[in-house]
Amino acid sequence: MSTARDVIFQRIAKAKGASTPEAAHIAYATIERNYQSAPSLDRAPIIHLLEDRLREYDAHVYRVTESNVGEQVKQILAARNIQRVLVPDGLPESWLQGAIFEIDNQQSALGLNDYTAVLTTATLAIAETGTIVLQNAPGQGRRAITLIPDYHLCILRTTQVVETVVEAMRLLEPTKHLPTTFFSGPSATADIEMTRIKGVHGPRFVDVILVTDEIL
Amino acid sequence: MNVALFITCYNDTLFPSTGKAVVQVLERLGHTVTFPAGQTCCGQMHWNTGYQIEALPLLPRFVAQFEHAEAVVVPSSSCVAMMRDHYPMMAERIAAEGEDKTLPERVAKLLPRIWEFSEFLTKKLGITDVGAYYPHRVTYHASCHGLRGLGLGDGPLSLLKSVRGLELVEISNLEQCCGFGGTFAIKNAEVSSAMLAEKTQAVLNTGAEQCTACDNSCLMHIEGALHRQRTGVGTKHIAEILAHTEADAAAEANNPVEVTV
Amino acid sequence: MSRVPLDPRTAPSFQTAAKVLLGDAQLRKNVRHATDVIQNKRRRLVEEKHDWQQMRESGRQIRAHALQHLDIYLAEFERNFTAAGGHIHWARDAAEAQRIVIDLVKQTGTSEVIKIKSMTTEEIQLNNALEAAGVHAFETDLAELIIQLGEDQPSHIVVPALHKNRSQVREIFRKKMNLPNLGETPQDLAEAARQFLREKFLRVPVAISGANFLIAETGGVCIVESEGNGRMCLTLPETLISVVGIEKVLPSWQDLEPLIQLLPRSATGERMNPYNSLWTGVHPGDGPTNMHIVLLDNGRTDVLADHEGRQTLQCIRCGACQNACPVYRQTGGHAYGSVYAGPIGAILTPQLMHMEHSQSLPYASSLCGACYEVCPVKINIPEVLIHLRNKVVEQNGWYAPESLAMKAVAQAFLSEKRFRAAQRLGRIAESPLVKKRKQNKLQVLGQEEAQTPGWIGWLPGLLGGWTDTRDLQAMPKETFRDWWEKRNEKGSNRT
Repeated sequence: MSTARDVIFQRIAKAKGASTPEAAHIAYATIERNYQSAPSLDRAPIIHLLEDRLREYDAHVYRVTESNVGEQVKQILAARNIQRVLVPDGLPESWLQGAIFEIDNQQSALGLNDYTAVLTTATLAIAETGTIVLQNAPGQGRRAITLIPDYHLCILRTTQVVETVVEAMRLLEPTKHLPTTFFSGPSATADIEMTRIKGVHGPRFVDVILVTDEIL
Repeated sequence: MNVALFITCYNDTLFPSTGKAVVQVLERLGHTVTFPAGQTCCGQMHWNTGYQIEALPLLPRFVAQFEHAEAVVVPSSSCVAMMRDHYPMMAERIAAEGEDKTLPERVAKLLPRIWEFSEFLTKKLGITDVGAYYPHRVTYHASCHGLRGLGLGDGPLSLLKSVRGLELVEISNLEQCCGFGGTFAIKNAEVSSAMLAEKTQAVLNTGAEQCTACDNSCLMHIEGALHRQRTGVGTKHIAEILAHTEADAAAEANNPVEVTV
Repeated sequence: MSRVPLDPRTAPSFQTAAKVLLGDAQLRKNVRHATDVIQNKRRRLVEEKHDWQQMRESGRQIRAHALQHLDIYLAEFERNFTAAGGHIHWARDAAEAQRIVIDLVKQTGTSEVIKIKSMTTEEIQLNNALEAAGVHAFETDLAELIIQLGEDQPSHIVVPALHKNRSQVREIFRKKMNLPNLGETPQDLAEAARQFLREKFLRVPVAISGANFLIAETGGVCIVESEGNGRMCLTLPETLISVVGIEKVLPSWQDLEPLIQLLPRSATGERMNPYNSLWTGVHPGDGPTNMHIVLLDNGRTDVLADHEGRQTLQCIRCGACQNACPVYRQTGGHAYGSVYAGPIGAILTPQLMHMEHSQSLPYASSLCGACYEVCPVKINIPEVLIHLRNKVVEQNGWYAPESLAMKAVAQAFLSEKRFRAAQRLGRIAESPLVKKRKQNKLQVLGQEEAQTPGWIGWLPGLLGGWTDTRDLQAMPKETFRDWWEKRNEKGSNRT
């Protein structure tokens, strides 16, 4: 008896003729990709654009130099009255000020639910869409830690900011096998009368610290 | 220019005044109009309703009637869209069936010379002022085939704006279908009527006396409801507005408008 | 709680269902409001992308290419996803997919699963099958939760509960979540959903999803969502089972460049949806350790076999055609008798059903072209509708009454003589129906031009649909060609 797999492949071949990897490869190269793939803005306006987009999503955005990151973290956490923060492995010690920082030890989801805040860095950010890209990498950790706590403080260098989605996808190419999460603002829904409501299941509050170590 | 008029089957039968207006405008602009007598239908109704086999023979017939024309003018955007969207493929199909191998090439040569009436004026002749006078408040309905099929854009509006005395008022849901859709209006009469209700409401909101368009099919639909509701608002094909002159207005002033019961 | 799913095999015809829904004022108001909001947001965000048309064209080419070489890319995806620690299952039809999922769930020993919104699982009626097998599925998308708790049906592929307003949602939640004092702002309702589901996310060990894209090159999966319920389901449970149509595969990572931009702008009118999740198989220490993908045919290979219909499979399920469709906007989604409503449903459902059911769907369109205009991958929906109408006509046979009439008219169009005879015949046939105009006595006699024809207020049989709400102008006495002939006989160039 032929398997479901065999049957489906036979049906596909019958439907359109069987293809070969070579034929697919040759045809693939002819696909037109004439959309914008390079930035259209200078660096300074790109960073401004990201800030605007993040603020549209109700994130607070702070711009500091490298040496002031720790102080900024301290101030933000104090203002939000947060004493205990979950962090992944791999963050600079100097950033972790003003609270108790507990490194993720692969606790269960239930364990993660005890944390109200998480602090991470990110792989890159996309100005045009206000998107921050997280991957399973040092400083960012596994996906669950930026999901369950209600508050996410994300620290990002301005050199990690690109203007367009296409640039971002190309920068991510070498790490495309990693678990990757694009987030654009806090979790949201518009399922009730198309009214955008922030904060359903993911973090409801997101703040971003932009570290300016490039000359803008 | 020598212009062959393709009146279309429904304008021929139901809206001869539109054809007369087209002739009037073109002749006023100094062009010679001919009417190939063997013309009937472009095949749209059959093709769009699923009767492809019935529509196919109408193509070689159309081509034979019009292929020697310098320009073909059609006062119906849906018929022109039918030709542009489907004739090349229909011709290929007829050729593939071995019936007429020359048809695809003949269709390819003919299509660039086929113009929707307003498009012929604005794009081919490059004029917007055709010397018309029509002292009424008018709103323009963009038919789907004119808007999306032919990409008429602001062409018809620029023609109307150049009509002396005409007050153009914009409709709110310009891009929305009136619900005609050929046999759709009968097969899905209830939904079609609901769509039409939105459209006629928008027409009435403009306070216009007349609703115009490049397609009598939409206008027949819109007028059907406007008349049923006794709104006192009428419809008129754009050619009939563009054909209208000061002399017509003077004649009308001497002959009171007939009363409808 | 089980509900009767939308099933094209048992659904009434579009016309019949639409008639009922048109009478539901609340539903029509809700649908119009929601589609207006999304359409306006979409329009703004599409206009700000100057390369939108280039992206659309790339999107179209990528999707068409993937279908043209579907066998190659499915095999590549299977290889890479398996190498990354996942398991692939193949399902020829809905029943087989249901069996596979039920077996996988049973193997884990759980009787509860959490679900991400998935039209594919709605298509195969998975929830009812699970329930029958003793497994309860919790829908976690807010809209799907509303549908599930309200024992309702999805009416839109992106916003399945858009036919419900806040008061209706509040009533459902009050009753089913036992929250007598629940407020009615959307915030209150979203908060209720957050509380209701949080415990389930943390506890239930199996999640079921669909997928937006599969990536052959990496064995990757992409799911886009807004609420974070997707991320919860994708990362917290031990087992993840994704049911995915075979057409969802993309060749490479770079193909996401346009598609991941086209989708959110078209679907919800956002520059980017709040969350995109991408992963490749099992990642130790991050997410489910037991990962399964059920690749579903269920009629898709039949669509693929139809040269004209094939482009239907390019669809990326953004719902833009539904929001733009003036027919959908009147009736909402339930009239289409399938989880795939609106223009895409009108072409997808009949094809998935081998054209045996849903014969009314290809006619549920005025062919206005709004769907094609907004489609992010340029599916020429009107063209496919016309193609399917042709199939319906063929299936109904040559002796159906409509067919005979259409043939007769076509015959008339083949000769000028016959056409003129038909025009005369039409005038005679309609004459008893025409309410004659009384001529104004003041009218100048001999002015033939002024004799506008009368009106028809009633038509018999099928044509009566027209005159239920519309009058019809009677045929004028003189056709254009008669006038033209007379004018030329006079040898004058007067008009």
